[in-house]
Amino acid sequence: MRRQVPLLIATLAGFAMVLSYFVPMIQDWGELVSNSFNVIAAIAFILGGGSLLKVNLSKISSRQPGWGYAGITVACFLLTLGVGLAKVGVHPNPQFADIPFSGEKDAAGSAFGWIYEYALVPLTSTLFALLAFYVASAAFRAFRAKNTEAVLLLATAFIMLLGRTFAGVVLTGWLPDWLGGLRLENLSVYVMQVFNTAGNRAIIIGIALGVAATSLRILLGIDRSWMGRSE
Amino acid sequence: MSARPFDRRWIFLMMAIAVAVPILVIGLTGRTFPETPTPAARAAFDAIEKLPAGTPILLTFDFDPASAGELQPMATSFVRHCAAKRLKMVFISLWPLGGAMADSAIRRVIESDFPNLVYGTDYVSMGFQAGNEAVMKLLLTDFARAFPSDSRGTPTGQLPVLKGISRAADFPMVIAVSAGYPGAKEWIQYVISSNLGTMEIVTGSTGVQAPQLYPYFPRQMTGILGAIKGAAEYEALVNAKLDGDSVPPAKYLEAQRRMGPQLFAHLLMVGLIIAGNVIYFRQRGAARRGATAAGGTA
Repeated sequence: MRRQVPLLIATLAGFAMVLSYFVPMIQDWGELVSNSFNVIAAIAFILGGGSLLKVNLSKISSRQPGWGYAGITVACFLLTLGVGLAKVGVHPNPQFADIPFSGEKDAAGSAFGWIYEYALVPLTSTLFALLAFYVASAAFRAFRAKNTEAVLLLATAFIMLLGRTFAGVVLTGWLPDWLGGLRLENLSVYVMQVFNTAGNRAIIIGIALGVAATSLRILLGIDRSWMGRSE
Repeated sequence: MSARPFDRRWIFLMMAIAVAVPILVIGLTGRTFPETPTPAARAAFDAIEKLPAGTPILLTFDFDPASAGELQPMATSFVRHCAAKRLKMVFISLWPLGGAMADSAIRRVIESDFPNLVYGTDYVSMGFQAGNEAVMKLLLTDFARAFPSDSRGTPTGQLPVLKGISRAADFPMVIAVSAGYPGAKEWIQYVISSNLGTMEIVTGSTGVQAPQLYPYFPRQMTGILGAIKGAAEYEALVNAKLDGDSVPPAKYLEAQRRMGPQLFAHLLMVGLIIAGNVIYFRQRGAARRGATAAGGTA
């Protein structure tokens, strides 16, 4: 029963989505499934929160290495959740002035907005910016012209790195118009639109065929790995 | 000199200088590098430019603060261009923090420079909706069911800006600023592909995502701004149209200002790759000579 019911739901929902695309009369079925999925997706946030608490509280209770970080994670999670749900510092929406808690949770001046603006934004931006340092270090240590493929990759990297900046114009801007295609900025566009497009289209078509085959296997109940156990 | 014992903190220091010095210089002088638009950025500009005033457009901001450094400048330019053209802007997001990014663009551009535009009548922020592709599928048939109210709690049916909008196809254009999944690629696959000829999409994406989107250009995707370079090109086009020869406010030069640090960071990368290879080949040559000498001695 624990296997048959989810399987039946997945099969019915999947076929409803497929058929509703081709048969206008049953378009509502597809909408119903989409709407249900949206509700489930929203509920998944609760599941995600629960999972986060479970994993981190377990780390703290068993004093695993790094349990202090788990404590900080739990504290920040509960604090953000608390001020967001309680709408701390939020004034009522002028349109619904009589209704408490009618203001936006992340309105200017609210605690949730403050956390977003002064904690989340700087932290995530900083983490993303750190990539520049590690990419530079990795390029110095690992980008070697060891064989023909690596030489081609290096040449492409140079074209893209220089062609996507003003350096491309400075280095090759002097080329006459009839050799304009060899200017670095034009070469970078050519690499993206021809070589990249050709390669990516082949990958996309391959993925699409794989997705279609896997989806069909799931809809027909042949592939049941999505249920979280080996069938 | 060997590549392995080289302390990578020197590389970190060089990168910090390569990025920090141009930021300081550009901040002090206000000068930026000239930008020549690529066909993809020009196509994005032209597609928005040809829309008549009052056309409803869907702006989906599917990114978060982590990629705001790359995407916020293009989001700002898109909003400025649309506001100047008096297009009816409907902001949505399929990323939990995307709604805040849209609100930020609204505050920076519309509320400060286009105060005559009225919330709910000329533009609206519908906020975030969970569900990824399922939301897109629902938008294809019923907009109000996908977004029952705006981010301020006003029911969708009471918003004048959405009058006449019942499904995604009622928007002639989607502008998708995205950093990953779900994003521009899914919008093309699920929404645009089934409405080719009636709907267009213009995208702005991170440098990592842009190569995956180029295969859709120009048929399924009208234009694309790839990374900060694409943003700078589009920004230059919008500024040239709206400001002419006068210097626009700094917030409308963000992308072009960031091309300075990008230039020097890229040059440093090229230099590091060359240096790494020189060291590698010298070491390999020395090792071969050593092996030959050892063989000769034996």
